[in-house]
Amino acid sequence: MQEIERHPNEQRLSDSIPVIAPGHTFASVTDKISAIVLTHRTPIGWFIGAGIAFALTMLLFVAVAYLILKGTGIWGINIPIAWAFAITNFVWWIGIGHAGTLISAILLLLRQRWRTSINRFAEAMTLFAVACAGLFPVIHLGRPWLFYWLLPYPNTMSIWPNFRSPLMWDVFAVSTYATVSLLFWYVGLIPDLATLRDRARHRFGQIVYGMLALGWRGSAIHWNRYETASLLLAGLATPLVVSVHTVVSFDFSIAILPGWHTTIFPPYFVAGAIYSGFAMVLTIAIPLRKFYGLEDFITERHLRNMAKIMLATGLIVGYGYTIEAFMAWYSSNTFEEFMIKNRMTGPYAPSYWSLILCNIIVPQLLWFRRVRGSVPGLFILSLVVNTGMWLERFIIIVTSLHRDFLPSSWGMFRPTFWDWATYIGTLGLFTALLFLFIRFLPMISIFEMRTLLPRTETGEHSAAPERRPA
Amino acid sequence: MEESAHQKNSKHRQTGPGKNLPVLNVPSESHRSILNLAARRVQRGNASPDEYWRSLDELADTPEFRAMLHREFPPAASEWNDPLSRRRFLHLMGASLALAGMTACTQQPAEYIVPYVKPPEGIIPGKPQYYATAMPFGGAATGLLVESREGRPIKIEGNPDHPASLGATDIFAQASLLTLYDPDRSQTVNYLGEISTWSAFLGEVGAALESQRGTQGAGLRILTETVVSPTLAAQLRELLRQFPAAKWHQYEAVNRDNAIVGAQLAFGQPMTPLYRFENADVILAVDSDFLSCGPGSLRYAREFARRRRVSTEQPLMNRLYVIESTPNSTGAVADHRLPLRPAEIENFVRAVAAALGVPSAGAAARPDNQEWFSALVRDLQNHRGRSLIIVGDEQPPFIHALAHAINQTLGNNGQTVQFIDPVEASPVEQMQSLRELAGEMEAGRVELLIILGGNPVHTAPADLNFAARLSKVRLRVHLGLYNDETSELCHWHIPESHYLESWSDARAFDGTASIIQPLILPLYQSKSAHELLAALTGQPDRSSYDLVRDYWKANYRNPSNKTAALPVAQNAGAVGGAANNRAQTTAIPAQSANAVTAPKANTSTQTPVTASTPSASPAPVAAGSPSPASDDFEKFWRKSLNDGVIAGSAFPLKTVTAASSQISSPNNGLRTTDYGHSITLLFRPDPAIYDGRFANNGWLQELPRPLTKLTWDNAALMSPSTATRLGVDYRVSSRGGERGEIHADVIELSYQGRSVRAPVWIVPGHADNCITVHLGYGRWRAGRAGNGAGFNANVLRSSDHQWTAPGVEIKRTGDTYQLACTQFHYNMEGREIVRAASLDEFQRNPKFAHEKVEEPTAHESLYPEYEYKGYAWGMAIDLNSCTGCNACVIACQAENNIPVVGREQVLRGRAMHWLRIDRYYKGAVHNPETFFQPLPCMHCEKAPCEVVCPVNATVHDTEGLNVMVYNRCVGTRYCSNNCPYKVRRFNFLLYQDWDSPSLRPMRNPEVSVRSRGVMEKCTYCVQRIQHAKIESEKENRTIRDGEVVTACQAACPTEAIVFGNINDHSSQVAKLKASPRNYGLLAELQTQPRTTYLAAVRNPNPEINHTPQEAMK
Repeated sequence: MQEIERHPNEQRLSDSIPVIAPGHTFASVTDKISAIVLTHRTPIGWFIGAGIAFALTMLLFVAVAYLILKGTGIWGINIPIAWAFAITNFVWWIGIGHAGTLISAILLLLRQRWRTSINRFAEAMTLFAVACAGLFPVIHLGRPWLFYWLLPYPNTMSIWPNFRSPLMWDVFAVSTYATVSLLFWYVGLIPDLATLRDRARHRFGQIVYGMLALGWRGSAIHWNRYETASLLLAGLATPLVVSVHTVVSFDFSIAILPGWHTTIFPPYFVAGAIYSGFAMVLTIAIPLRKFYGLEDFITERHLRNMAKIMLATGLIVGYGYTIEAFMAWYSSNTFEEFMIKNRMTGPYAPSYWSLILCNIIVPQLLWFRRVRGSVPGLFILSLVVNTGMWLERFIIIVTSLHRDFLPSSWGMFRPTFWDWATYIGTLGLFTALLFLFIRFLPMISIFEMRTLLPRTETGEHSAAPERRPA
Repeated sequence: MEESAHQKNSKHRQTGPGKNLPVLNVPSESHRSILNLAARRVQRGNASPDEYWRSLDELADTPEFRAMLHREFPPAASEWNDPLSRRRFLHLMGASLALAGMTACTQQPAEYIVPYVKPPEGIIPGKPQYYATAMPFGGAATGLLVESREGRPIKIEGNPDHPASLGATDIFAQASLLTLYDPDRSQTVNYLGEISTWSAFLGEVGAALESQRGTQGAGLRILTETVVSPTLAAQLRELLRQFPAAKWHQYEAVNRDNAIVGAQLAFGQPMTPLYRFENADVILAVDSDFLSCGPGSLRYAREFARRRRVSTEQPLMNRLYVIESTPNSTGAVADHRLPLRPAEIENFVRAVAAALGVPSAGAAARPDNQEWFSALVRDLQNHRGRSLIIVGDEQPPFIHALAHAINQTLGNNGQTVQFIDPVEASPVEQMQSLRELAGEMEAGRVELLIILGGNPVHTAPADLNFAARLSKVRLRVHLGLYNDETSELCHWHIPESHYLESWSDARAFDGTASIIQPLILPLYQSKSAHELLAALTGQPDRSSYDLVRDYWKANYRNPSNKTAALPVAQNAGAVGGAANNRAQTTAIPAQSANAVTAPKANTSTQTPVTASTPSASPAPVAAGSPSPASDDFEKFWRKSLNDGVIAGSAFPLKTVTAASSQISSPNNGLRTTDYGHSITLLFRPDPAIYDGRFANNGWLQELPRPLTKLTWDNAALMSPSTATRLGVDYRVSSRGGERGEIHADVIELSYQGRSVRAPVWIVPGHADNCITVHLGYGRWRAGRAGNGAGFNANVLRSSDHQWTAPGVEIKRTGDTYQLACTQFHYNMEGREIVRAASLDEFQRNPKFAHEKVEEPTAHESLYPEYEYKGYAWGMAIDLNSCTGCNACVIACQAENNIPVVGREQVLRGRAMHWLRIDRYYKGAVHNPETFFQPLPCMHCEKAPCEVVCPVNATVHDTEGLNVMVYNRCVGTRYCSNNCPYKVRRFNFLLYQDWDSPSLRPMRNPEVSVRSRGVMEKCTYCVQRIQHAKIESEKENRTIRDGEVVTACQAACPTEAIVFGNINDHSSQVAKLKASPRNYGLLAELQTQPRTTYLAAVRNPNPEINHTPQEAMK
């Protein structure tokens, strides 16, 4: 193994809780992580959880099949609210998909080594979230089978898509993001796949992992290329983290609708995306470390750091809300003023105030060290933030549309069974993919964890938690 | 495939020229005749028929065809079973390769199209033809020009030469097209609910008539609706001549009894007033919705609106005062409107009469609104001879009589009011007529009852107990368009021909007669009232065509003669036999014009198409009529058909004097009785489905009512304070919201022991302490669209209180009901949407419409403006003229194949109208000012929708149209989100009815039928623009102003909508856009809308202080 470079900030970084619990060796790390995948005894809990997730995925399939059979009219959308749940879900999922790449790429470039134990499943989460997100722009179309008309493919009609349309930019932004995220995740998996190949006791596992490992032998030249590739990909992915949600925010800010037409949207959307992304990482990491006994690898240090990022991005989002209201007043534009007033006091006011509660007020608890240190507290907070971020997109989309310029065409939106079924169905799909992922792939990067080891041996042993049997 | 091929062929052969029904010498049962013809050919041994008859042979069940059916595939197909040969293999591979390369292409089945063997003269496929006809409705006819495409009527326009239309149409005329094609129309003769035949009917009714002959028809009763057809009237008189003891009753739920009796009271004879709004400076409408309903309303609306078209050059306009209980369109455009209860209205009119010195006015209490009242009286006095009092048909006769007296006192007679004899063939008090019939049925004196049209079982007032009494009649016959509630209780039901399917004639509000020409062969085995009556008078084989033509042959020299008789003797002599007769008298309906661009321009040069019949037929015109008189008649006939009006048939004006002394105060208990806080119930015809006859018409059911914007239901309308007093309310539901579902409290209305449950609807400006219910709903055998919609107000109606039921009891039920409303929010929220000013303000500041909004400067863009070198289409809508009558909405729906989505979808906020009419209120909630604003697509020059469409499905064209490319649309709906006017409509589901075969021929072939998942919107009737463009390019010129008329513009009675080329500065639209009143809606968004509005100008009396007392909610 290569020599581990000592980071100058190491002393400060590890002054509280270590990023890996003491007492681990290379073998124990490898054993612990690969055993989850290579075990013969799949925990019964996995079957229960995966069963529920698969059932919900089936609900999604039914909802989508019915949608394609009947049309988007099965949802509660109408004129004027031509977008509602589908686009809300799209933006929400895309936002969630931000954390993974941010953790992998930006924190890698910033040499935040604590990211190591969470980046793998955060990246997986990104991919699955982007898959769920990508579903919505396609199925929300009136004629989804023609979705490829949004792509600039050569055709006999010589018709290009409209490059002025932000929906067109979306296609590029999301598909690029999905591609780079997938590559990044997969490249990062290769050394671990090789480990699994070597440790698999079944022929089938050896073949499958062997094929996926692309002939990785761990030679120096492999490591050299690996490091180059992952740095390059990290460099590519970093601007994408910012660009994808910026472009998604253009879906709204390009329009002339009060409540959409705002210049603050790009930064505010990106911050919101990171906010919800970290919330989702927490939502997943906390039960996972508990269930698989991974407290040694995903330590409280990780949770605290993520809580701090959430607090920071949450404050940016709060600033966004404030600026929205301020600009509505400052512009003294009738329509803008009415829009913000209607948000706060109109028929969707309960949703708006719950959003403020979830996204602004409750997360202020994160200022307290005790809250940041409380695992159940963080779990609940992450759920609250996820809900709040979903509400934020709902509020932006629906309350802006439902009362715009001419009072004669005001209307309301009420979700139907199928709206909920599609949304909950994607939650099912997301969870089901996660279940498959933790069962068949190492959810924590084995080789990267091993790079942390010497550090833990030399570091302090202050708050070492009790070791659990593997 | 075979079936469709057959249809195609038979259509070419039959309905192609068959719109001119008599062109062909084939009986109307087209299918049977084809069968017979084909069978005959086969029998003759015509073993190898030519291509043309191929599909008919299939139908005729030849051995070849049977073999083919048996084998499923054509003969060559069997060769696939042969062992694989090299040649076959290559064949297959070649085909596979070809198919692999074009998987997206479906293989089209081989279908043979057949050209006209002998094309009917003047018919060019793809070119519309226009035929003049008329629609009889509500006791008068409206002249129409009907657009026909390859033999199918597809669009109804007004006839500019017809005095009741002047080119405009109302919603009923527009929507009658859908009734023609309604798949729920009755299709066969029914006997006791079973399918029967016309000949079986003739047998049974003939026997019944024979038995009546002994008693001179003492047991025979005919019940019709209001008859304005001279031929039908003559036939009825002939029947009564043959059966002197028989009786003819007339009844319509929406009748004009009060006007007839009122005129009788005033003049001692039935007289019909004609109003001359062009001469009226001051108008007082007493509960009269003269702008949107009643005979002549289209003309009245036009003349009224012409006097309100103010400009800087012509800054004067008329002034309209309205007193009414139920807000209606006329009240909405009034300069002064006063909501009054019925008793107060009577008192008010009395007081006006007394103040103006009408002797018979009697004592009247001082009206509450003294200032209003005295200003009105002064205004009327100052405009003697230039004022007008007009009274609604629902007002009691005494008020009508009093109004006649007031008009006379003011010297308006002959100036703004003229009188003619009633246009009804027999003006009777219809409620009395029905009451007599019901009494006789009860007494068992009616043995044979023939109901010609109408649906009395549903529409008769409940106290007459019509349904129960009907069952006491021994033999009951009903002729009707639908197998409806009345048919259910009759022995025989005969399907009635639609007016677009059969010959008839009818008189308009001023007596002008029109020949009603059919546009298409009867779609079903239907009969017209003429044919049924002919059968009763012993001429069962006479067609409507013969009857109408014979009548006019006898009377054409005196077309305004009301009591002319059928030339019976002459007929008997002239007609040899039915078949022969048909052959001899066939002629073609004269074409009025065949160009869309200038419908009336080339009529003079056009000769009616005559000999396009198959060559076997005798030369039709010359054969039967050699005498010069016949030539005269032939000219008359063709001219009348061509023009759509019979020249000189308008009734002569009469000079009458209201004998004031005869006008005595009525003693009907309604007079001065103040009901205090008890609730008065008012019955009104529904603004869209009328008395229920249009209940199955989806276009009308889904048409938002002008003021309530309700669809698919009726409701108990009441004022806000009455609702508060009753403790009832309505709330916006989250489903669809203000543009969808409204939860209304349900109340139970009881009157004379009968009760119905009705949802509540609060109408600002409704008179307090009264509730309006609309007739026509609550039908149970209307058809798929009309069944179960709304509640039946007729249950509460009694024959003594047709329009007003005093002292109705109200009970809250605690239930709620979902009403489908397309615009609930009526407040403009302080936005400058409809801009309005008083005439005074306009005169002082003509540019008032531009002051309150920050308007964009000429050019605020980084990019250069596009230069429109050729045409630049634009529209101007005069908000001062719009009366919210909705004719444009239905015209647009008919022209552009806009689907009906149904109540459930309207509840969800998905109504599809491309053109909507927004209604806003301003001022006090108990009596607000009302504004209508028609909203088509704005065709913004900087259209927000275009930028955001990812697939370029909505783009701008070189003439400034915002074009929607349906084929390209994938349905992201972003365009709608970004449209500040929200004029785009999305096919959330498959709204278009693709399955009903009868609806297919109705659709405009020039407009795509949109499927699910596609956005659509107003196109400025681009198909009409293209049509005009082709015409102009053929003549190497540009399109003239007025050559392109959009569907909404064509229908508009008040000429509020003007369309044209704004690059042509002499065009009407360009001139309107140069008006200081012209403004762009939401122009501050820099959309540069091509549709602009002319701000409304009201003409309030400066003497009346107009301060709103209560703020709007």
